[in-house]
Amino acid sequence: MSEPILTLEGVYTDIAQYHILHDLDLAVPRGGVTMLLGRNGVGKTTTLRTIMGLWRTKRGTITLDGRDLGAMATAERARLGIGYVPEDMGIFSDLTVAENMTLAAASGPLDAARLEWIFAAFPPLRTFWRSEAGNLSGGQKQMLAIARAMAEERRLYLIDEPTKGLAPAIISTMAGALRDLKSRGASILLVEQNFAVAKALGDSAAVMDDGRVIWAGAMAELAGDAALQERLMGLSMETA
Amino acid sequence: MIDTILSGDRPRSMTLAALLLIILVGLALAPFLFPGVRSLETAARICIFIVLVASYDLLLGYTGIVSFAHTMFFGLGAYGVALTSVHMGRGFDALAVGTVAGALAAAVLAFVIGLLSLRVRAIFFAMITLAVASAVAVLVSQLSQITGGEDGLNYLIPRELTPAFRFGEAFGVKLNGRLLAYYLVFGACLLLFLLLLRVVNSPFGRVLEAIRENDFRAEAIGYRVVAYRTLATCLSAAVAAVAGSIFAIWLRYVGPDTTLSFSIMLDILLMVVIGGMGTMYGAVIGATLFVLAQNYLQTLMGSASDATSALPLIPDLLSPDRWMLWLGVLFVLSVYFFPTGIVGRLRGAR
Amino acid sequence: MMTDAPGHNPTLAALSASDRIGQAMPFILVPLVVVAGFLAIGSSSSWLTLTVAGLAMGMMIFLMASGLTLVFGLMDVINFGHGAFISVGAFVGVSVLIGFGGWTSAPSLGLNLAAVALAILAAIAVTGVLGWGFERVIVRPVYGQHLHQILVTVGGLIVIEQLIQVVWGPHEIFINRPETLQGAITYAGAALEKYRLLAVALGLMVFVAMRLVLRRTKIGLIVRAGVQNGEMVQALGYRLRLVFIGVFVAGSALAGLGGVMWGLYQGVITAGMGEEMMILVFIVVIIGGLGSVEGAFIGALLVGLSQNYIAFLAPKLALISNIGLMAAILMWRPQGMMPVVKAK
Repeated sequence: MSEPILTLEGVYTDIAQYHILHDLDLAVPRGGVTMLLGRNGVGKTTTLRTIMGLWRTKRGTITLDGRDLGAMATAERARLGIGYVPEDMGIFSDLTVAENMTLAAASGPLDAARLEWIFAAFPPLRTFWRSEAGNLSGGQKQMLAIARAMAEERRLYLIDEPTKGLAPAIISTMAGALRDLKSRGASILLVEQNFAVAKALGDSAAVMDDGRVIWAGAMAELAGDAALQERLMGLSMETA
Repeated sequence: MIDTILSGDRPRSMTLAALLLIILVGLALAPFLFPGVRSLETAARICIFIVLVASYDLLLGYTGIVSFAHTMFFGLGAYGVALTSVHMGRGFDALAVGTVAGALAAAVLAFVIGLLSLRVRAIFFAMITLAVASAVAVLVSQLSQITGGEDGLNYLIPRELTPAFRFGEAFGVKLNGRLLAYYLVFGACLLLFLLLLRVVNSPFGRVLEAIRENDFRAEAIGYRVVAYRTLATCLSAAVAAVAGSIFAIWLRYVGPDTTLSFSIMLDILLMVVIGGMGTMYGAVIGATLFVLAQNYLQTLMGSASDATSALPLIPDLLSPDRWMLWLGVLFVLSVYFFPTGIVGRLRGAR
Repeated sequence: MMTDAPGHNPTLAALSASDRIGQAMPFILVPLVVVAGFLAIGSSSSWLTLTVAGLAMGMMIFLMASGLTLVFGLMDVINFGHGAFISVGAFVGVSVLIGFGGWTSAPSLGLNLAAVALAILAAIAVTGVLGWGFERVIVRPVYGQHLHQILVTVGGLIVIEQLIQVVWGPHEIFINRPETLQGAITYAGAALEKYRLLAVALGLMVFVAMRLVLRRTKIGLIVRAGVQNGEMVQALGYRLRLVFIGVFVAGSALAGLGGVMWGLYQGVITAGMGEEMMILVFIVVIIGGLGSVEGAFIGALLVGLSQNYIAFLAPKLALISNIGLMAAILMWRPQGMMPVVKAK
């Protein structure tokens, strides 16, 4: 196995007076999808935000491709090539879809071929290219959020619950797009509550509880062991 | 006993307790310790500003709301007494009616402003109070048939409260109505201060502090944040108005400059911040220091300016007219380096 | 809502008719006020004079308010010291005009405008630099703390106002408008002050330029996006702090521009003029909706027009007409006319 693209070692993050992450270790392999799993409130979203620098670490190191992110501001981390889809999608609702996408290509104009690829994955974005993003439906907003992450070549994608609250038809669109991304060799760290999606997409998995990773291994191993799932995650995973 | 009077809110610092005691005794015996018209004026001013600043601290320090309309409420109380004294004739009944009317008007106005701004965002309140207060100040100076305009109003107060009413001499000090008026001011202000102390140490005060710390959480726990903030605003406004009424009784004059001006508003802000936000005792320390400095330090600046008149720029900077410049600098520095004020420092050093 | 998977016909969440009217309402309000003014005043020449006066006043207030509202939207910073830039701009600009007295008193439109342009440039440069310093020294240490922001920026306002008095002396300064900008032209029987027309033209130019920058450039996109969701802008790789400093400086410079214009309009400047103008500026920013440039523009025009109309119709009422306008709009829309939707 090659070097992991992203490693977190002994990371502690506090939010106000609350200790959210403590002594978190996580390695995201290069290429493929790593699922970040666990019950609600165990710190999955905080982990992604910590990687982006939206929360500061109190202790511990985060390295991307061997570079220490610790002292970098959020913008610098993004410029290193991290595509981030936050849990609330972070859509600029007063801006058009086109403007959202233009902003997402931070290092230059949008690449036409890339845009075609994005349109193929998410056709509604072409239809509503000139519409205000705030008028999109929930599923379309999620498409836009992921499309923004795809607007440029990234080393790593951090995607927080892309299927939350979506209808099954749209979930399959999302899953298709992510599979497509993966097939192009992307490295993805994906937070997901929908176990069926996790099982279908994930190569490896890390399970969190109470602010740290308690289990890491191959997704197939976790998927095949109901007792292990039960022990790690209790009953809150949707086992559809 | 003392605990009951102070509502359980002890000074929690020996130095602070000593300072407060000195101020209390100094004010209580002011006519005898510091005889003279000017020092009695200063003492009365300190009493009134302690209440005014403490009522402001209820908003700023305990509720976390910035208001720029506190002098407006102060002025409402003052003009209330002035107008009733002018129209009802001199008498205690006029003073009482004016005080009550002023306090009611202040509370109602505060309620309306709160209704318009507090349900959206606390910072709206700061901007809207600034706008309303300036409109009221303009209104008062323009409606001169009613308010006397820029000249203000002179009126008579009951003879028992004027120097003409004499009843002997004690410890070498003449006992007259002015002395009675001072003790009326002192007593009323002491009562109001203890009332405010009670309010902030009541369950109501605790909820206010919880809201100040984290309004989302307070809302989530089930407190109606807007209602609490509005109530605090009304209470603070009413107390400020009563302080204004007392001021009007003491001065026997009201005018826009003495009760409504924005510079008084800045004085109040400064007193709260220097004394210590959210401590009530900070109001006592802040108001006392500030009023003393205002009365005696400006003289000092004048002589410093004269002494340096040969130098360029320095005399301009030290001129008594530039008093506000140094206050501004002091203000900014205290917010940065001294955010808990004198009281916070004293308590911290315990 | 459920049919927007690929291969299906995607639909936008439809806007109801009342939603559309609601969205358009602020834009309709200005013409509505102008028409109401016409009906109430009766005389078309007086109405035209007042309308131009109102628009000129509104434009100048907009110049002062635009920076403030953007600064708030972008970084949640509420700057009570903004008025200081208005005063400083006025003093710098007027000093330049006095220095170029030969140009301003010459009966040549070209020389007069050149002097005004120089005054404006000087005011913009000085207030821009001052804004940069103000952001570093006064505002930066208190990010994220509204209470301290208000206190500290008020302190900064006092200090700058006092320093103006140290530099320029404690008294007001009177200034005449340049020769060819004095007086009025007559159009359709109405006397239209030349300077007011200039103010309207300049204000419009700035507004259009600002809109173009905000709509058509990447910087503008970043600013608009940052007002809605600053975190996401940073997560896309933009250093919001730098953008914010730029906006702060630009906003300060615009306030300085507004200050010169206002000083020439009134013919007199005082150190406290910025503080006085801030009251109108806050009203405009509140009724426009915090963070919205368009809202501030409409709000400023409403304030300018209604104040001029009411001063003509019922002079006593004019004292509180702005407060009345603000109360009415807040009762209609508690967040102001066009609050920026925070994507949260």
